[in-house]
Amino acid sequence: MRYLPHSPQDIQHMLETIGVADVETLFRSIPRDQRTEHPDDSPGLPECQLRRYVEGLAARNKHFCVTLASAGAPFHAVPKAVDTIVSRSEFQTAYTPYQPEVSQGTLQAVFEFQTIVSELMGLDVANASMYDGASAVGEALLLALRAHKGKRSVVWVSEGLHPHARTVIDTMLHAFGDVTVRWLPLDEHTGATVLPAPVPADVAAIAVGYPNFLGVIEDVAAVAAAARAAGALSVVSVTDPSHLGILASPGALGADIAVGEGMGLAGTAGMGGPGLGLMAVRDEYVKQMPGRIVGQTVDNRGNTGYVLTLATREQHIRREKATSNICSNQALVALAFNVHLSLLGPSGLRDMATLSRNRAMELRRGLLEIPGVRPLVTGPVMNEFALVFPRDAAGLRARMADNGILFGVPLARFCPERPAWREAILLAATETACRDDIAHTILLAKDFYREGK
Amino acid sequence: MTTQIHSGLLHREPPIFELSSPGRTGHALPPSEALDAEDLPQAFLRRQAPLLPELSEVEVVRHFVRLSQWNHCIEAGMYPLGSCTMKYNPKINDAMSALAGFTAVHPLQEDEHLQGSLELLFQLEGLLCRVSGFHSVTLQPSAGANGEFTGLALIKKAIDVRGEGARRRKVLIPDTAHGTNPASVVLNGFEPVPIVTGPEGVLLPDAVRPHLNDELAAIMVTNPNTLGIFESHLKEIAGLVHGAGGYVYMDGANFNAIMGKVRPADLGVDTMHFNLHKTFSTPHGGGGPGAGPVGCTAELAPYLPVPRVLRTNEGRYRLITEQPNTIGRVHPFFGNFAILVRAFTYMLENGGAGLSRVTEMAVLNANYVRSLLKDTLAVSVDVDTLHEVVFTDRDLKKETHVSTMDVAKRLLDFGFHPPTVYFPLIVPGAFMVEPTETESRVELENFVETVKAIVQEARTDPDKVTSAPHRTGVGRLDETTAARKRILRWTPAQP
Amino acid sequence: MSEYPNNLRYSRTHEWFDPETNRMGISSFAVGHLGDVVEVDLSVDEGDVVDAGDEVGTIESVKTASPIYAPISGKIVAFNEDLADAPELVNDAPYTDGWILEIEPTGADDTSDLLDATLYSDHCASEE
Repeated sequence: MRYLPHSPQDIQHMLETIGVADVETLFRSIPRDQRTEHPDDSPGLPECQLRRYVEGLAARNKHFCVTLASAGAPFHAVPKAVDTIVSRSEFQTAYTPYQPEVSQGTLQAVFEFQTIVSELMGLDVANASMYDGASAVGEALLLALRAHKGKRSVVWVSEGLHPHARTVIDTMLHAFGDVTVRWLPLDEHTGATVLPAPVPADVAAIAVGYPNFLGVIEDVAAVAAAARAAGALSVVSVTDPSHLGILASPGALGADIAVGEGMGLAGTAGMGGPGLGLMAVRDEYVKQMPGRIVGQTVDNRGNTGYVLTLATREQHIRREKATSNICSNQALVALAFNVHLSLLGPSGLRDMATLSRNRAMELRRGLLEIPGVRPLVTGPVMNEFALVFPRDAAGLRARMADNGILFGVPLARFCPERPAWREAILLAATETACRDDIAHTILLAKDFYREGK
Repeated sequence: MTTQIHSGLLHREPPIFELSSPGRTGHALPPSEALDAEDLPQAFLRRQAPLLPELSEVEVVRHFVRLSQWNHCIEAGMYPLGSCTMKYNPKINDAMSALAGFTAVHPLQEDEHLQGSLELLFQLEGLLCRVSGFHSVTLQPSAGANGEFTGLALIKKAIDVRGEGARRRKVLIPDTAHGTNPASVVLNGFEPVPIVTGPEGVLLPDAVRPHLNDELAAIMVTNPNTLGIFESHLKEIAGLVHGAGGYVYMDGANFNAIMGKVRPADLGVDTMHFNLHKTFSTPHGGGGPGAGPVGCTAELAPYLPVPRVLRTNEGRYRLITEQPNTIGRVHPFFGNFAILVRAFTYMLENGGAGLSRVTEMAVLNANYVRSLLKDTLAVSVDVDTLHEVVFTDRDLKKETHVSTMDVAKRLLDFGFHPPTVYFPLIVPGAFMVEPTETESRVELENFVETVKAIVQEARTDPDKVTSAPHRTGVGRLDETTAARKRILRWTPAQP
Repeated sequence: MSEYPNNLRYSRTHEWFDPETNRMGISSFAVGHLGDVVEVDLSVDEGDVVDAGDEVGTIESVKTASPIYAPISGKIVAFNEDLADAPELVNDAPYTDGWILEIEPTGADDTSDLLDATLYSDHCASEE
């Protein structure tokens, strides 16, 4: 086996040094009756066969040339340089930087990542990542409960969060116990979260998507103000941080905690992950933050250096009183995010957001020219929107698929019992689509409904 | 800006923001366009651009390549962190996980358009079931700690379904446990109850007996435990816990010590998480992403997170999103898919026989290091150990005042990453070595000789050891200042 | 030899209390075990009434966090605001500038359960 370096002579020598007759004896501390009766002795596959089999599996997925769907997994054009950096052995095969003297590369990169996230979100401090955007909302809500020292036990969460995120949050908070989740519905016409007034004094946090699952840009400033007036924390979940090239930062709109899903910009959105949970908070909540945080310091020779810090929040020290059970999680994805944002710079980020928005608006306008097509909701959108088709949305999507176009995601998949969503499709465009792709898509849709008359 | 050379070609890099210069860019986007601002309220627009660096691709690549050179990694040398399992990460795994057929597909494509990915998930679940003896596996959890949360959530659900949720809230945790265990217990609304390991380093049934009542929800055991010792009474303890109506959670962080030798389900374990980034060779990435799949018995299977992958009679694969008793979801979409592909290819390349051999060589290497070092550093508990061995600085410190931390830092000067230190907590000055199966005899012997030389140096020139490291790019870093000053992001210098 | 000031009273959990000033803090023994203090995090507010033995906050060093317990029953009347910016005061001057809380005792002779410097010194020796 190519990953096991010992020769038979090595093994013999080692056994003799240890003082046992054979390898089997090394397992004598396991009672005989607890050993596997029939060990699996199936042979392995040589690399050429392994490759053929796994490549065969990959080929059985349908590849779309044009992706007009995001729904929580936005596809962006990530330069090859990003992959080149994160594939370096020194980053990919290092452990969590517990020995800072030989981990400055990872530590400084994380420090830069924290700066970038803090800048994007417009908040003071960011952590070194969470698993994904969904669990980051759950962690933010738990943070808000801690910040109120257990004196408030209700959280208000918008139904406009991604359906998967809603389930993740529900799972986390239900398990935690002693907390009531009130789901805030979306307005049927605008698609924005309906915020009841006034906010009662037992509410610890209010969480909304930015934009929400239907693509509608929530009035974050109003939510943040309502939360603040009631002494609650506002949690803003950024759907795609590339939007922050043109949309106001959560911090500027008054949010206390901003979270988000960064995998689109890290280039790992294919198959939905690895995800990248972003989290930034106002300074006063830093001690309540879950996860790793890197800080700048000096070494005993006077050099600037970086270390993991504020560890007393964490499970390995605080155990059952820790802010979370989270350890290390998505460092390499955070690095990819960091490298990509460094390549983009402020102008690139703005261009990416603008191109995404412009292609989406072209697609939306073109499709709305088809008789009977109408927007599901009327609120302002960024680059994602839901349209209701006059009939046979499934047939339309199949026609698009035949032409190599992933034409959105049917909303009925998430909520089959809601009649308004039956023929609705959630569409999105990013800079990965060009004007011709959009024009071709519109043409195909027009043809589809013209034929069907 | 002048470049500072540390030594040879190692470059001291400033934070990337200090390299920035207005007007440069490294992106490859289509030409800029004016924003189509129709229906977009002015109040929603960003007024101040984020402070991102402005650099060309060349400069960005150089910055990160230079940063990378400040890292130790498994591909540069031994990384004997106990409990962390830093083994070599086969390259074919990376290539398979990077196939465009996997990376360029949207997770919400129709099941019919994701047959390859779904088959891979289904097959990987099967492989993990086979090696563990469990009935079912979920691949969703993102990491070991997330797996712990998930496994305990299954137990909690089962107890709720039995109508005993209000009463059964206690989870027994031995003192050898990882810190994540008590934290995961609390996140599930349970109450952790610490119990004490016996003098021989294993948990004894008597430690559990006083807790066998209708408040007992579960016991959470790492096996082999963090001393590297097989919990030989676990099967009996599982019987006792089941008899009292509780469940058995096994922390699978050390599964690499028994893979192919013991199936946890045969010991009476109800649920366990796997660390794919430990046992199944996926890279650690400087702190993730990993993956923490959870296996469970038939009794707990109905509570597993959705979606579940189903194989139809026609050999097609389908996602099931509706399960009446599921705990819900612990991750959007499918978990850390790229990591799952790597573990899958690793298991296929090894086969069942190969995985058993991997275990044998891991245990051989740990015992070889133990036998070569046992006269130099005291072994914490003198009983048989498997994949790792925990030494203590008890005697060394008494004799020389040199501590585990000093030895660890001095190892860096000789090109070795130190072992895990000061864990498990029950061992004073713990020095926990897990060489893994991928280290050669020569490398192990070099490591041992280096530790011996440092211990000798502790007697002859202790100051040299306590002031280490001397040869690393940076010296010992001041963690107190970091915690007190809290500089957690870069800020531009004030003019 | 006792390194613990004779005018103070001590709890078995290593807090000191000064019956003259009603101030409390952490003993040099505890500080020595904690290492460099980076934060004193109080969970009580001025005006709160606590019982002896109640947890009133946490003291943190780089690698550990320990609960702080009220050495006596009483009302919290003041806390050391300097610690927010200078937690090192607890290391540098644990019995003077590094005081943590001022507690107005409820009972007249509420220090009877606490140890004097000699007994406390023995107590520490037994924990070493």
